Amino acid sequence: MKDSIKPFVVLFGLLVLWHTLVIAFDMPDYILPSPVDVAKSMAENASLLWEHTLVTLSEMLLGLLLGVLLGIVLALVLVYFAALRPWLLPPLLVTQAIPVFALAPILMLWFGYGLTSKVVMTILVIFFPVVTCCYDGLRHTHQGWLDMAQTMGGNRFAILRNIRWPAALPALASGLRVAVVVAPIGAVVGEWVGSSAGLGYLMLQANARLWVDQMFAALTVLAFCSITLYYTTDRLLRRFIPWQPETSQE
Amino acid sequence: MFDVIIRDASLRFGNHCVFEKLNLTLKGGKWTCLLGGSGVGKTSLLRLIAGLPAGETDGKILCQDGFPVSNRIAWMAQQDLLLPWFTVLENITLGQRLRRSWADMLKRRPILPPEVQDKAMSILEKVGLTEKAHVLPQTLSGGQRQRAALARTLMENRPLVLMDEPFGALDAITRLNLQDLACELLKNRTVLLITHDPLEALRLGHDVYHLRGQPAQLTDAITPPGEIPRSLEDNSLMALQGKLLDRLRHESLLEPLAGEQ
Ligand SMILES: Nc1ncnc2c1ncn2[C@@H]1O[C@H](COP(=O)(O)OP(=O)(O)OP(=O)(O)O)[C@@H](O)[C@H]1O
Ligand SMILES: [Mg+2]
Repeated sequence: MKDSIKPFVVLFGLLVLWHTLVIAFDMPDYILPSPVDVAKSMAENASLLWEHTLVTLSEMLLGLLLGVLLGIVLALVLVYFAALRPWLLPPLLVTQAIPVFALAPILMLWFGYGLTSKVVMTILVIFFPVVTCCYDGLRHTHQGWLDMAQTMGGNRFAILRNIRWPAALPALASGLRVAVVVAPIGAVVGEWVGSSAGLGYLMLQANARLWVDQMFAALTVLAFCSITLYYTTDRLLRRFIPWQPETSQE
Repeated sequence: MFDVIIRDASLRFGNHCVFEKLNLTLKGGKWTCLLGGSGVGKTSLLRLIAGLPAGETDGKILCQDGFPVSNRIAWMAQQDLLLPWFTVLENITLGQRLRRSWADMLKRRPILPPEVQDKAMSILEKVGLTEKAHVLPQTLSGGQRQRAALARTLMENRPLVLMDEPFGALDAITRLNLQDLACELLKNRTVLLITHDPLEALRLGHDVYHLRGQPAQLTDAITPPGEIPRSLEDNSLMALQGKLLDRLRHESLLEPLAGEQ
């Protein structure tokens, strides 16, 4: 079987399982609607869902872009300005030690109920994996390469650009994969705490009215977005890092 | 061509003294080979000459003409150190890439001006890798990788070349061919070659030294007759190899005894 269709097969299997469970245990609609009900709801609310998806998606993508940039810059600062390391690491850890849920209300207060606060939330959840992975990658450049660069009389920026950066890319890619998966958490939590649009907002509204099928519809769209984002990122990373060693072939 | 003089070189890692007050002269334009058992300090000595970080070091590296040794060294390590994200051509011109200044970048000067490109291609031709110029190193065989590393060393065009067991991991035939190639291409350069293989040392070295003991000491130089690369059919070479092998073997037999005392 081709690798590219395997995720769809798994997805289909899960849907069948879901449907069987609903029928087998005779689940009431307001606890667990069947996939068919959810599909119906999705069709009926297509334009509504689309509108809110765009909001959540833009929050996620903007957060990802800025978070990744911030993460990379911070990793470079940590590597090249050793003196700053002891000053930067504690606040970095603090941002991660406090759960985003606890920070959300404060961020609403500071950045308002619009896009900005959600983007900031997304940045907060994703930049840590990016920083740690990128920093690790940059720190563990093969010593032999650096020694060779030194005997060649290379300058620091050229060494970063030609050796350390490409060498760190596989590690950074791992960070990006994690970031893409957790990015929706930031956006949706932000929407739950206070917003007037987005899939998280839609779920909250549907939940309050006991429109469980619509809630599941929003959830499905969210899951679909995350999965698509993950596979797209994975594809792109493989394309751009073709030398990445893959030792586990079959 | 100038001699390179290593005076009173010392190296220690904590309280483990690798060598102390070591003196060695690399004759200008000649090949010096350094033999020695594993872990005796050969690589460390090479790194010390190349000015690369290692332990607590002491001593002076002088050039006969009075200029500092830095920027006159090409270093070929135990591994080929080809960068997997660059093609062979990009790899052998790595020095040009690494020495590009901000000004070059801002003025968008080409990384490889035509004359550099031509030089790189002619070197690739000499090592027989013309066809591989634009492929990634992961598609090369071990011998081809080593040739690419040699090409990169040549591209640096430095008067002093330090080589750390460059042919160690190759089969006997490829190794002989590469030795000949290196001899031809590094003619008239001052070369320090580290090797495990006494035959390689005797074939390529104008002077052959043996580093042994702890702290390590250099034995007197063996100076085999004739020009390099020496022919393997030479009987005196074989006799010398026998003697050297004997010496190397006894060293490893004696080592544990010395440790017990
Ligand atoms: N970074 C280091 N820290 C501590 N000890 C080291 C370090 N590098 C080398 N040594 C020690 O210095 C000694 C000499 O090492 P070196 O790499 O020079 O050996 P070598 O002669 O090149 O051996 P080989 O032929 O196996 O490459 C060894 O005993 C090794 O344990
Ligand atoms: Mg060594």
